[in-house]
Amino acid sequence: MNSDKLRPLWVALISVLLGLIAGGILMAFTGNNPVEGYIYLFKGGLMSIERIGNTLATATALILTGLSVAFAFRTGLFNIGASGQMLMGGLCATALGLSLNLPKPVLLPIVLLAAIIGGGLWGLIPGLLKARFNVHEVVATIMMNWIAFWTVNYAVPSFFKGEYLETESRNIGVNASLRVEWLTKLFNGSYINLGIFLAILSIIVIAIILNRTVLGFQLKAVGFNKDSAKYAGMNVNRNIVLSMVIAGSLSGLAGATFYLGYASNIQIGVLPSQGFDGIAVALLGANSPYGALATAIFFGILHSGKGFMNAMTSIPPEIGDTIIAIIIYFAATSLLIHKFLDKIKAFIKGARKK
Amino acid sequence: MDYVIEMVNIRKEFPGIVANDDISINLRKGEVLALLGENGAGKSTLMSILFGLYTPDRGLIKVNGSVVNITNPNDASDLGIGMVHQHFKLVHNFTITENIILGMEPKGIKIDLTDARERIVELSKKYNLNVDPDAKIENVSVGMQQRVEILKMLYRNAEILIFDEPTAVLTPQEILELMKIMRNLIDEGKSIILITHKLKEIKQVADRCTVIRRGKVIDTVDVKTSSLEIMAEKMVGRKVTFSVEKGDGIPGNEILEISNLNVYNNRKVLGVKDFSLKIRSGEIVGIAGVDGNGQTELIEAITGLRDIHSGSIILNGQDISRLSIKERSNRGISHIPEDRHKHGLVLDYSLEENLILEQVESKKFSKNGFINKISMRDHANKIISDFDVRSGMGPLTIVRSMSGGNQQKAIVGREIFQNPDLLIAVQPTRGLDVGSIEYIHKRLVEQRDSGKAVLLVSLELDEILDLSDRIAVINSGELIGVVDGDKTNENEIGLMMAGISKGDKN
Ligand SMILES: Nc1ncnc2c1ncn2[C@@H]1O[C@H](COP(=O)(O)OP(=O)(O)OP(=O)(O)O)[C@@H](O)[C@H]1O
Ligand SMILES: [Mg+2]
Repeated sequence: MNSDKLRPLWVALISVLLGLIAGGILMAFTGNNPVEGYIYLFKGGLMSIERIGNTLATATALILTGLSVAFAFRTGLFNIGASGQMLMGGLCATALGLSLNLPKPVLLPIVLLAAIIGGGLWGLIPGLLKARFNVHEVVATIMMNWIAFWTVNYAVPSFFKGEYLETESRNIGVNASLRVEWLTKLFNGSYINLGIFLAILSIIVIAIILNRTVLGFQLKAVGFNKDSAKYAGMNVNRNIVLSMVIAGSLSGLAGATFYLGYASNIQIGVLPSQGFDGIAVALLGANSPYGALATAIFFGILHSGKGFMNAMTSIPPEIGDTIIAIIIYFAATSLLIHKFLDKIKAFIKGARKK
Repeated sequence: MDYVIEMVNIRKEFPGIVANDDISINLRKGEVLALLGENGAGKSTLMSILFGLYTPDRGLIKVNGSVVNITNPNDASDLGIGMVHQHFKLVHNFTITENIILGMEPKGIKIDLTDARERIVELSKKYNLNVDPDAKIENVSVGMQQRVEILKMLYRNAEILIFDEPTAVLTPQEILELMKIMRNLIDEGKSIILITHKLKEIKQVADRCTVIRRGKVIDTVDVKTSSLEIMAEKMVGRKVTFSVEKGDGIPGNEILEISNLNVYNNRKVLGVKDFSLKIRSGEIVGIAGVDGNGQTELIEAITGLRDIHSGSIILNGQDISRLSIKERSNRGISHIPEDRHKHGLVLDYSLEENLILEQVESKKFSKNGFINKISMRDHANKIISDFDVRSGMGPLTIVRSMSGGNQQKAIVGREIFQNPDLLIAVQPTRGLDVGSIEYIHKRLVEQRDSGKAVLLVSLELDEILDLSDRIAVINSGELIGVVDGDKTNENEIGLMMAGISKGDKN
């Protein structure tokens, strides 16, 4: 029982280990010492208080998109649209941040709310399409990604054009930024920002919703078995829409932490990669909120350490991404790991009997 | 004596429970061996081991005298062992031929089905299976689907055939056919292991019967020389009464009144036609009919799972025909559904979660949107002990891992515990052992005696006749007539089920 509950954790850890081993082999192939490579990789992510701050800042958006995908998945929905939801959240927040001239304590809640609404709307539409017309959410959310992409491409140059560049917005003011002086100082000038607290708070709230509330109970029931949810008197369509809205809001919030925290403006022509990495975060984190938190921070270390590794050795920074990709690959094919664990379990059981 | 199968000292443990505790069984060539045992006794587990779905913790399996190692269903298949699962494993938009050859398609770029089709026709003829090789699964009856599963085994040259509760999903007519098919199979030299809870069927086709209780073999008896009572007693461990003890009911107010109801079925034609029926408190009204004559549509219309076309459904004086499922449940309807896996349960939820599925929003189980885990646990423990729901981890058991019969007992307990005005029970004892059937019947009568209205739908005429105060017979969606339960018999009901009118229309 207990060992079964911890199963996803083992699968994740073994995936990570296999990914690291594979990455080490690649480093050796490029003529480098893997041990040295890894020391620099982790040093790059954790060596100083500033670097830890940067790692957390890198992880912030990933935590939220990972949470968004995991939450949707737990309720039976596959949210491929985290990227577009994040972009729309970022656009709405940036738009208000640039347009309103208010003191920080007033403006921050407003821009955050805007991000949540923007992302939520981008989840609402696929949710409605699924509930009303049975359009598969994978198709609808991918479509919404591109609509967000083109909306930003149009809106930013038209209304929020930067001083020098057509391709990005003006920088937001201090009052709309999630960076705060005490936190920046605390982490020795890192670009860590209030987003990390929002992310952790979201993790806790979503974990509570999923595990303790009537709402979570019903959303998960719909995800597992629509027919029995309907039989039990639950409103299946409302729950599908609600799940997508919540998932979208979380990604929207990720947008705020990224464009108003990690960065200070929004660019056109990119769908943020965090949206897609969120799928990996959810997968490796076994769709549990805390799993997503741990995974996102781990990915944050790899992301922010790879530059340092590259500077100190001749290992290309792409190795960092490759390691992530390999880990995801192992997590996705976790069936093999499951079989391996079954064998071990049977072996231990057999040994105990004798 | 030649044994085709010997399972020796098999042990299989699941978390919290020993499903098979040193079980030994053997199967002779050309016989039908019945496995009889309470719900959760470990029958399906044992057969899953033989078929390679589980590996035993201990023990060995011999086929034709030599020890074999079966680690997956392909091994079993190679050894000539085939299994028909309780839930069929067919692809619905494939034809029967395609389904049968699935997994062993002829090699080559273009799959040539003519040879396969020919062989299927041949086999079908030889064993009187009567299947149309070109029909799609979605268009054929449950009975035919089962025959497809049988053909699938035969096509793979199975010599040993395992049937896990094959008759639970069949109509009485289909059961008779299946019994004939089994005898044909035996005549052709096959050997069969049959799991069933229906003692009559064991009497009809089996040669020997191995009785299992709580994971242990109690005895193996010769069917010819043992009475039903003795087999039942060995299985349950106490005497079982086969008749339902029931005094006269005292019908009171009208609880449900259905008038001129018309409901469309999935094929977009009227499945229920101009149907009217009244049910009073303190009575059990049974709906008798051949499967597929509108029972499902009628029940779905009453519970709100299906929209009605016209007519009215009055519960306690108020029209509920346009209300949501939730509303109807709040006003006192509870429903033991026909298909426990599709409707009754969230298989990936724990038992305690399933037991509050419909009531999670109520004050009893939640406050300010938070689930009250203590009262959820209490509720589960009450139902578990009251209805003897057996499982490995009690309230925390994931329902998917429970035995079929115990899943059913959990649902029945949940619905009765809702204390409804109208209890709709569709096939309430499907898949239950005789001891549990006796108990559930008692509880249904008790519901009646405490002034509830009970609407019972069952394909088993015995169950309808034993329990019902009044019997409404349905044919092609129309009410043929209503007769008093104690003034009728199997023959009369049978005629009415065939559409011959009798009794008064209310
Ligand atoms: N995969 C599993 N995981 C955990 N427990 C299981 C699993 N499969 C079966 N069990 C438990 O093992 C016991 C035996 O189950 P099994 O399905 O073999 O019973 P059965 O005799 O077929 O009963 P029924 O007549 O109700 O179908 C049950 O208590 C069940 O809860
Ligand atoms: Mg079983």
